[in-house]
Amino acid sequence: MPSEFQAPANVTLRPPVASLGPLGWLRANLFNSWPNTILTLLAVWLIVRVVPPVFNWAILDAVTGQQSAAACRAPGAGACWSFLSEKWRFILFGLYPPDQHWRPALVVLLIVTMLIVSCDRRLWGWALAAIWLTGLAVVFLLMAGGIFGLPYVDDTRWGGLPLTLIISVVGMVLGFPIAVALALGRRSELPVVRALCIGFIELVRGVPLISVLFMASVMIPLFLPRDVTIDKLLRAEVGYALFFSAYLAEAIRGGLQAIPRGQYEAADSLGLTYWQKTSKIILPQALKLVIAPMVNNFIGQFKDTSLVIIIGIFDLMMTAKTALSDPAWLGFYKEAYLFIAVIYFGFCFFMSRYSLWLERHLHRGQRR
Amino acid sequence: MTNSQSRAIATAQTSGFSLYDPRVRGLAYQVLVICLIVGGAWYLISNALANLARQSIATGFDFLSRAASFDIAQHLISYSSASSYLRAYEVGLLNTLLVAAVGIVLATVLGTAVGILRLSGNWLVSRLAAIYVEVTRNLPLLLQLFFWYDVITVTLPGPREALSPLPGVFLSNRGFMLPVPADGPALLAVAVAFLVAVALSVGVDIWARRRQYATGQQFPVAWAATVLIAGIPILAWLAIGAPTAMDMPSLVGFGFQGGITMSPEFVTILLGLVFYTAAFIAEVVRAGILAVSWGQSEAALALGLRRGQILRLIVVPQAFRVIVPQLTSEFLNLTKNSSLAVAVGYPDLVSIANTTINQTGQAIEGISIIMAVYLTISLLVSAFMNWFNKRVALKER
Repeated sequence: MPSEFQAPANVTLRPPVASLGPLGWLRANLFNSWPNTILTLLAVWLIVRVVPPVFNWAILDAVTGQQSAAACRAPGAGACWSFLSEKWRFILFGLYPPDQHWRPALVVLLIVTMLIVSCDRRLWGWALAAIWLTGLAVVFLLMAGGIFGLPYVDDTRWGGLPLTLIISVVGMVLGFPIAVALALGRRSELPVVRALCIGFIELVRGVPLISVLFMASVMIPLFLPRDVTIDKLLRAEVGYALFFSAYLAEAIRGGLQAIPRGQYEAADSLGLTYWQKTSKIILPQALKLVIAPMVNNFIGQFKDTSLVIIIGIFDLMMTAKTALSDPAWLGFYKEAYLFIAVIYFGFCFFMSRYSLWLERHLHRGQRR
Repeated sequence: MTNSQSRAIATAQTSGFSLYDPRVRGLAYQVLVICLIVGGAWYLISNALANLARQSIATGFDFLSRAASFDIAQHLISYSSASSYLRAYEVGLLNTLLVAAVGIVLATVLGTAVGILRLSGNWLVSRLAAIYVEVTRNLPLLLQLFFWYDVITVTLPGPREALSPLPGVFLSNRGFMLPVPADGPALLAVAVAFLVAVALSVGVDIWARRRQYATGQQFPVAWAATVLIAGIPILAWLAIGAPTAMDMPSLVGFGFQGGITMSPEFVTILLGLVFYTAAFIAEVVRAGILAVSWGQSEAALALGLRRGQILRLIVVPQAFRVIVPQLTSEFLNLTKNSSLAVAVGYPDLVSIANTTINQTGQAIEGISIIMAVYLTISLLVSAFMNWFNKRVALKER
C-alpha cells in the first residue's frame, strides 16, 4: 500500500540555480565561507598583478628575431628573445666546435632516448645495464671523436646540456652499484665492514656537496703519484658519484629493511649462498620497493649537477652565465635563466611525474 | 647416533679450524678489508706528503694563527685584515650560522603556510600553492640563487632611486636597508624581557599540566602565555621610558647610513634558501597532515571536541610524528645548501675556506675544517631533533 507521504513521481524539483553549473562550483569551491572568500580575493588580486605584466613582457612587448641588443634596451621593450636566438647554440653546447654541433645534439637525443626507454618496466634487469653501458660508450665516442673520421674534441671543450646530462647519468651509473654495496655493507654481519659503511655514509651525508667537489678538484691531485694526472671532469665525476651513492644507499637500505625476515630465512634454509640469496631473493624485492625514492634521488642529483660550475666545469648553468657576461648583451639574465630553467624543469618534472605514476603502478597489488 | 657422538661433532664444529666455517671466513674478509684500507691510506698519504714537500706547501694547522690579510664584507664579530685565519674562519662560521638560522625560521613559517594552503578546499589557492611548490622544487637552487642575485643587483634601482615599500625600508642594488630601534640598551632590555616571558610561559604550561593530572582542572595556558609574552616586553619598554626613536636609514651621498644593511649577497642567499626549502617543507607538512586518518577527526567529533581542540589535541600531535624526522633532514639540507653562498660571494665558511686555500695552498687542512664543521653541525642538529622526536613519537605500551 503506497504511503501518503510519498512525493508524486512525475514532479522532479530542480536543485537551486546557485548550486549548479559554474556558479554552483564557484560557490562550493571559492566562496563557501568568509575566510575562503578573502583567500580567493587575495589570490585573484595576485594573479591580476602578476599574469598580465608577465604576458606583456614575454609576448606583446618582446623583441624577437635577429635584432641587436640596442633594440632590446629601447624603453618599453619586453623580453629580449633576440638574445636567445643569438646565444642558444652557445648555451646548449658551450665551446664545442660549431661545425660539429650535431654530435652533442645527437648525444642529448641518445641520452633522452635511453632515459625514456628505462621507464619501461619490461627492460628492467641486465638488459637495462647493457643498454646503458653501450649507450654511454657511444656517447663518449661521439663527444670525444678521434675515430671514424670524427675530429678529436678535448673534454675541456665539452659543455652545456650534453655535459650536464653526461655528468648526471654517469653519476647514476657509477653511483648505483656503489650504493647497493654500501647498503648491503651497512647491514652486513661483519663489524668492520658495517662500521666502514656507516662511517662513509654518515660522513658524506653530513657534509655539503661543494666540499666533496672541492676535495675532488683540489685534494685528489695531491694524493696521486707525481706522474699520474686525472682529468678534472673525471675527478668531479668521481666525487659526484661517491656523494650520491651515500644518499642512494640510504634509500636502498630502507628497502632492505622492509623485506620480512622470513625471506632471508627461507633462502638460508634452501641452502643458498650469501650472494645467491642477495641477488636472487633480497635485492629484486628490496629495489622494487624503493624505486620511487630512488627516482626522487635522481631528481635531486640532476639538479645538483649545476654545482660543478663552482670548480669551473662548463655545464649548462655555466654556459648560460658565460653567455650573460658577453659585454654586448649584459643584463638579459631573465631570458637566459628562463631558457635553462625550462630545460631543468622539463627533466625534473618528467621524472617526478614518472615516480608518482610508478608508485601507484607498482603498489597496485598492495592497495586495498 | 649416540649422545656422545653428536657432542663430539658439535665440539669439532666449534673448535676446529675449517675454511668453510662462516666465522673464519668473516674474520678473513675483515682482515683483508682492513689491510686494503690501511695499505691504500698509507699509499695515498705518502704520495700526499711527497707532493706537498715538493711543492713546498706547509702542513698542519699552524697557519691559523697567521694574519689572514684579506677583508670580509660582513662580520658579526670584530675583524680586520690583520686578524688571524682562525678569526676569519670564526667570522665565516658565524655568517653560515646566521643565514642558516634565519633561513630555517622563515622557511618553516612559509613552508607550513604553503603546505596548509595546498590542502585548502579553495580551488584557486590550492592550485597556486601547488604551482609554487612544483616550480621551486624542480629547479636547481643554484639557478634560483643566480636569478635572485641578478634581480637585486641588475633590476633594482640604485640607492638614489631606491624602492621604499614601507617608511624607513629601502630596497636597492646595494642591498636592503631596515630601520632598527635607536636605543640599544632598551632593545636589549625588551629582548631579555621577551626571553623571561617565554620561560615563564613554559613554567605555567608545566604547572598547568601537573595540576590537570592531579585535579582534573584545566587552565587557559594559551591565553596566559599570550598575555605574558606580549605584556612583559611592553612593560619593560614602558619602564625604560617608552623610547620610540628609530635609527632610520637615510641617503647620504651615494649610499645609506643608519639602520641595518643587509648586503645583496645575504639577501640573495636568504631568499634562495627560504623559497627553495619552503617548497620541500610544504610537501612534508602536507604529507604529515594527510597521514592522520580522517577517522581520528571523526572520532574526536563524536567525543564532542571542538574544531580547535581536534586540531590541537588530535591532528597536530599525530601529524608531528610524521613531520619531525623529515623536517630535520630539510633543516640539515638548508644548512648544507647555505654553502652555495660561495657562488654569489656571501662570506660564509666555505667561501672563507676557499680564500684561505687559495692563499696558503693548504687544501687538505681547509677542506678538513669545512667538513668537520658541517659534520659537527649535522650531528648536533640530528641529536637535538632525535631527542625532540623521541618526545613526540608514538609511545607504545
